[in-house]
Amino acid sequence: MREREEVSVLEIRDLHVTVGEGDDAKEILRGVDLTVRSGETHAIMGPNGSGKSTLAYSIAGHPKYTVTGGTVTLDGEDVLAMSVDERARAGLFLAMQYPVEVPGVSVSNFLRTAATAIKGEAPKLRTWVKDVKSEMELLEMDSAFAERNVNEGFSGGEKKRHEILQMRLLKPAIAILDETDSGLDVDALRIVSEGVNRTREEGEIGVLLITHYTRILRYIKPDFVHVFVAGKVVEEGGAELAEKLENEGYAAYVKGSKETATA
Amino acid sequence: MTDPNTDLTTQSSTLASELFAPGVGAQAGPPTTPAPDTGSAGDVTPGAHSHGGPTPTGSPAERFTSTDPDAFGVPTGREETWRFTPMRRIRPLLDGADSDATLSWTTDLPEGVELTRVDAGDPLVKGLPEPVDRLAALTRQRARGADVVRIAGEAQLDRPVTLGLAGTGGEDVVWGQLVVEVGAFAKATVVLDHTGLATYSGGVTVIVGDGAQVTLVSVQDWAPGAVHGGQYDAVVGRDASFTQVVATLGGDLVRLVSNVQYAGPGGRAELFGVYFSDETQHQEHRLWVDHAVPNCVSNVLYKGALQGEGARTVWIGDVRIRPAATGTETYELNRNLVLTDGARADSVPNLEIETGEIVGAGHASATGRFDDEQLFYLCSRGIDAETARRLVVRGFFADVVQRIGVDALQDRLMSTIEARLGALPGLDEQPVEVS
Repeated sequence: MREREEVSVLEIRDLHVTVGEGDDAKEILRGVDLTVRSGETHAIMGPNGSGKSTLAYSIAGHPKYTVTGGTVTLDGEDVLAMSVDERARAGLFLAMQYPVEVPGVSVSNFLRTAATAIKGEAPKLRTWVKDVKSEMELLEMDSAFAERNVNEGFSGGEKKRHEILQMRLLKPAIAILDETDSGLDVDALRIVSEGVNRTREEGEIGVLLITHYTRILRYIKPDFVHVFVAGKVVEEGGAELAEKLENEGYAAYVKGSKETATA
Repeated sequence: MTDPNTDLTTQSSTLASELFAPGVGAQAGPPTTPAPDTGSAGDVTPGAHSHGGPTPTGSPAERFTSTDPDAFGVPTGREETWRFTPMRRIRPLLDGADSDATLSWTTDLPEGVELTRVDAGDPLVKGLPEPVDRLAALTRQRARGADVVRIAGEAQLDRPVTLGLAGTGGEDVVWGQLVVEVGAFAKATVVLDHTGLATYSGGVTVIVGDGAQVTLVSVQDWAPGAVHGGQYDAVVGRDASFTQVVATLGGDLVRLVSNVQYAGPGGRAELFGVYFSDETQHQEHRLWVDHAVPNCVSNVLYKGALQGEGARTVWIGDVRIRPAATGTETYELNRNLVLTDGARADSVPNLEIETGEIVGAGHASATGRFDDEQLFYLCSRGIDAETARRLVVRGFFADVVQRIGVDALQDRLMSTIEARLGALPGLDEQPVEVS
């Protein structure tokens, strides 16, 4: 079991990442610098194709991406040297934009297996069942959900709630939410946002919120906003930067690019 | 992601002309005119055949059937029906030596179930769907009659009918013919549990009465070295529902042919299968669903895993929707999970549609390695790669096994699969890769 520091720090320094191999390799991240401490909520905003999701998946260790330079550390530990599961056990969590279906594996079995892996021992059955149940109620998920197969036949909103449910139960030090708001109606967005806010209020979690739109920032107030364009952070500020983006879009940051701002 | 060392074959469309080619496996076939004394369609005279008359324009030829083994000729292995089968290993069955050997039976018969035996001249035996290949015809002949499980009309069984069929390790071929006759509106599950060592060919026909709901489970949990061939037929009554679950885990060579026909409109057939082949095993499942009456449903789901050099599986899924079968709804799906190099899965779905007035028809087939996105998802929740792979494989099979509806049997099959996975070499050494 990992020893949780009082304050966790995720530090990303000059991160360079490519996708593809050999001559087809394409650099997506071009020197990302970012520090997320527990208790802080950072929003990363940027146009499509700017590399936001690549950043999320690179931190989580998706093998499709190759880190060609820079460092990622969590409380000084080298994240890039860890396997995917080690990163999760070290305290990182990625809520995915497109959660994957796993046929034949029930949600309850999956959650328990994950919790056992993260905590290093099987959770006590009675309290565990109670925890799962109450978290599901808070996320307005039907209890029958637990017996369904992971993400199989879930609606877009159900998948995102299921991601937040996992975050609630696994209690990471740093949570990366990759476009968790995409495809959600207003109700689902509110429920999911409340789940994130509960976590922020209860404990020392650091949140890296990746989004294309400012909509979710009306529910989850960021402490810091980073504008992400062409594989790096081009501007940083407080919550007021999100308002500026809401009004002006990304056009000012995407000179000469075909990308047009849609925020 | 495919591996160059792994031979993955998926043929999504075999030409209808090839599939239904007249004379395939029937070079020595009898003349095509029905015997003069053949009565109504359901009244089949022994030795007669349902080989079609003149082929209507645009329709494929009928599949050749006969109760006479010699009508099929002796297969060489080049025939469409036999081209995937290792002929040397199935030769003991195809040689067709007569024998009195039997499997050792253990039966559990709930109230309302009768087990009897009828001889070859019995009208019940004469009226069974005909054999579709030489082995099935030999089996019908050599079995000299049939064991019959009768389930009374409107019976609601309080537990499954279980026939434990154990091979006793003798050298003689064992021939068997079983008929499961289920009366109208009855509800029953019948489990055939094959274990032990045998060289066995068994015909199984399930006659599902109107409005009945029947599940037939056939478990092939044979000891290593066993050879098992057989033709399974289901005749699904009006508004009846038939579910077949085939679980092939053990034995050396297993080759099962499952056919479904509908005796009246409104029938529903679901054919589920799981198989797990290692380096010593050839597992072949050939399905044929014949939609000839309106408003019937068929759904096929077969899933298999292969591990070890030389592991071999074959899945053939033929569905035909005849001109009269309006309102048909059919779907078939075969998935193969290749766990190691050097295994080969053949998967050939075929859909022959002769009327446009159907609800839906489709098929899908996929053969590949682990889904790396699934593994990434699980690992990203802290689950180590080996546990993640086990979860994925377990889930892959549980998806089908959980449809059996008999808890004790489901648990046993999943334990067997878990044990097989435990023997998986180098499972934890495989990198998680994404193409």
